[in-house]
Amino acid sequence: MKLRPSQVILECLLEQEVDTVFGYPGGTILNLYDELYRYQDKIHHILTAHEQGAAHAADGYARSTGKVGVCFATSGPGATNLTTGIATAHLDSSPVVFITCNVEEDQLGRDAFQEVDITGIGMPITKAAFLVRDPRKIADVMRQAFAVASNGRPGPVLIDFLKNVTNPNQEVDYEFIPWREHRRCASIQELNASHELKSPEPDRQDIQTLLDMIAQSERPLLICGGGVVRGRAHREFREFAQRLDAPVAITVMGGGGFPGANPLTTGMIGMHGSQASNTAVAECDLLIAVGCRFSNRVALDPSTFASQAKIVQIDIDRAEIDKNILTDHHIIGSARQVLAMLNEHLPQYHHEEWKAHILPLRAPSTAEDSPQLNPQQILDELQRQVPEDTVFATDVGQHQMWAIKYLHFAYPGQLLTSGGFGAMGFGLGAAIGAQLGNPQKRVIHVTGDGCFRMNCHELCTVEHYDLPIITVVFNNGTLGMVRQWQSLLYGKRYSSTTLDRGPDFVKLAEAYGLSGYRVRTRAEMAQALAQALQSGRGAVIDCMLDPDEMVRPMVAGGSAITDFLLKEGAN
Amino acid sequence: MKREFNAERKLYTMCMLVEDTPGVLSLVARLFSRKGYNIESIVSGATDRPGVTRISIEIITDELTMELLAAQCRKLLPVKTVRILDENTCIRREIALIKVRAEDHSTRDEIIQLVNIFRAKIIDVGRESLTVWVFGSESKNTALIQMLSEFGILEIAKTGTIAIERGRSTIYDNNKLQEEYDYGKNVL
Repeated sequence: MKLRPSQVILECLLEQEVDTVFGYPGGTILNLYDELYRYQDKIHHILTAHEQGAAHAADGYARSTGKVGVCFATSGPGATNLTTGIATAHLDSSPVVFITCNVEEDQLGRDAFQEVDITGIGMPITKAAFLVRDPRKIADVMRQAFAVASNGRPGPVLIDFLKNVTNPNQEVDYEFIPWREHRRCASIQELNASHELKSPEPDRQDIQTLLDMIAQSERPLLICGGGVVRGRAHREFREFAQRLDAPVAITVMGGGGFPGANPLTTGMIGMHGSQASNTAVAECDLLIAVGCRFSNRVALDPSTFASQAKIVQIDIDRAEIDKNILTDHHIIGSARQVLAMLNEHLPQYHHEEWKAHILPLRAPSTAEDSPQLNPQQILDELQRQVPEDTVFATDVGQHQMWAIKYLHFAYPGQLLTSGGFGAMGFGLGAAIGAQLGNPQKRVIHVTGDGCFRMNCHELCTVEHYDLPIITVVFNNGTLGMVRQWQSLLYGKRYSSTTLDRGPDFVKLAEAYGLSGYRVRTRAEMAQALAQALQSGRGAVIDCMLDPDEMVRPMVAGGSAITDFLLKEGAN
Repeated sequence: MKREFNAERKLYTMCMLVEDTPGVLSLVARLFSRKGYNIESIVSGATDRPGVTRISIEIITDELTMELLAAQCRKLLPVKTVRILDENTCIRREIALIKVRAEDHSTRDEIIQLVNIFRAKIIDVGRESLTVWVFGSESKNTALIQMLSEFGILEIAKTGTIAIERGRSTIYDNNKLQEEYDYGKNVL
C-alpha cells in the first residue's frame, strides 16, 4: 500500500493501539497535523497550553495506564520546551514516545528559523533518539521506538522527522502490522539481534542463593522501588512480603507498589523516611531492594547505609547493579518474574520479634485537631472523601512529601510524582494525562503554590476538555521545601523563597472558567472538597497554610539514615 | 559477599562494535564525559564487517567504574558489543608522526640513529626538519618522543591506541574474558 509519509506515522500509532496523543503544533510539524485532521476520529489529540504540559501529560498517561504515552511538538522552541518532560520521564523510567519535526534537509545545520539539534540535546535524557531523513524509514523507526520505550526498563524515546520527510507530495510503501506481530519486521529483528526485546531471564542459581540468604536472616527488610510500579509487580510483591513476613519500606517511586495501609508497611524511606523505615534499614541483617536504584535521597550516605545487612538488589537493568551501593547479591530480571520465581519456593516465615521492634515506631496516622488548617488534615479529608481508586498527581516539594507520607496508595499508577528529576510543574500535566487515560477514575492534583504557579496555565486544558480534575494547592506563601532547608541549614536566611505575590488562585480558577475555593480550616476544606467532587467539573481549592510547617522527619543529605535532623511528629 | 573491585586507578582499554550511524561517536563519548572522565584516547575505524565500526577507548579509572561504564554503553542502541580488554591478554599499538627540528648534519645523523634503534622511519625530510613515523606500544612511542624532544619537537600527531586480543579469541565471541554481569545479549 502507498501512503503519504505523515499517514504512515499515524498508522504506526494505530498499530500500537494509540488513541490519545498530546501536543502542540507549529511550522515544521504542519504536515503531520494536517494528516491528524483526517485521523481525528481515530486519534484524539489533546492540545495543551505549553509543550511542557503536553510532555508531562503524555508521561502521566503512560504512568497511570501502563501504556506508552505519545507527545508531538514542533522544531526549535517546541522541541526544547519538551526537554524537562523528557528528562522527567527518563529519570522515572516512564515509556513515552516524543515526536518532533525539524527543518528541511537543505536547511539542516544552517541555523534556520526554529532549528535546534534536538536529537543531540535529547541524547542524555532518552533511551534512544532517532533523526529520520528518509521517508522510507518512517515505519521502521516508529516500530523500533515503541519497542525501545516499552521493553526492558521503560523510558522515553525521541523521534525527530525532517520536514521534507513528511512532505505530502510523495508516497511510501507501507503495510499495517499490529504490534503483536512486529517480530516479523526486519527492523525489529535487527534491533533484537543486538538488544534483547524481552526482560532478561532471571538466573535460577541467583534465585536459589537469595532463598538461602532469606533462610539465614532474622531481620529482613524489603524495599519497594519504582520497578515494582513500572513492572506492575504489585501482586507478586505483596505475596513475597507476606510470605517473608518482613517490614516493607516504600521509596517515593515505589508508591502504589505495595499497599500503604498494609500492616507490614513502614512508610517512606530515606531523606524524609519514617523513623520505622530508616531504623529498619540501619538494623536489618538482610535488605532486599526491588526495582530501586539507591539514589542519594534513599541511600543518603552509601558508606553507612544498611551497614549491618547483606544487600540484595533485584533490577531489570544490569547497569543499576552496584552503581550507587555495593551489593552482596543481585538478580537481574523484571520484578514480576523474579518475585514470581521466588514465591514458588519461598516458605511462610514468621519474624514476630523483628516486626515487634520496628512496626510500633510508626507515627500515628491521623491528623491532630487545630484551629488552623494543617497539611495532614487536608490529606485526611481527601482520603476520607474521594473514591478509593483515586489517582493522585503531585508536584515537587513539601506537599509532595506530605502527600506520599499521609495518603495510602494501593495499586501501581495511583501515585504520579516526579521522584527522580523533581520537576516542579509536573503535577497538573500528569493529572491531565491520567484523567484522559482513566476517564472513569477521579484524579486529584496535589500541589504547592510555587509549583502551581509554574504550569497553572494548563487549567485551560482542564476546562476545555471538561476534565473533572481537582487541584488542591498547599498554599503557604513560600517555596516550602527550600525554605525548610534555609530554616534548618542556612540560619533562617530566606533568600528568594517568599512568594508574597499573586495571582489569587480562586480568581485564577474562575478566569479559566473553573470553580475556585479558599479554605482556612478543616471544616472549610471538607465542605469545599465535597462541593468540588459533587460538581463533576474541574476546580481549584486554595488551602491556606502556616509557612513554618515542616516535613518531618528529615535527615540531611549525606548523613547516616537514622541521624534525624528533625524528628517525627514533635514540633 | 560484596564483590571485590580493584580500586587502583589504571589504564583500561574498552573496545566496542557499533553501528556506523551519524552521531554514534558522540553518543558513546558523552557517557564518559558525563561521569567527568577524560578519555586518554579514542579511535574509531572500520572493521571486516560492513556498517560496523570499532571504537577503542582508553581511560584511566578503577575497575568498578569501568564496569559501570561498560554496562551503560551496552544499553546504547547502536552498540553491538562491548569488551573491556585486559592488559595482559591484549596487544595495544599506536602510530605517532613526529616533526623534529634538524638544522644541521650532525643533528640529522643523531636523529637517524635514534630512529633506527626504535625501528621507526623517517618519512619526510626538509631543510630544517625531519618527520619521524613510529609504530608501537604507547610506552615505546613515548620513549622515542622523549629522546627526540632534546632536538626540539615542532609538532606531533598521534592516532591513539587500538587494541586486539591475543590468540584465537575475538570481539565477536560471546565468552567473556572477565567475570562480568552479562547473561548473554545486551538488554534495553
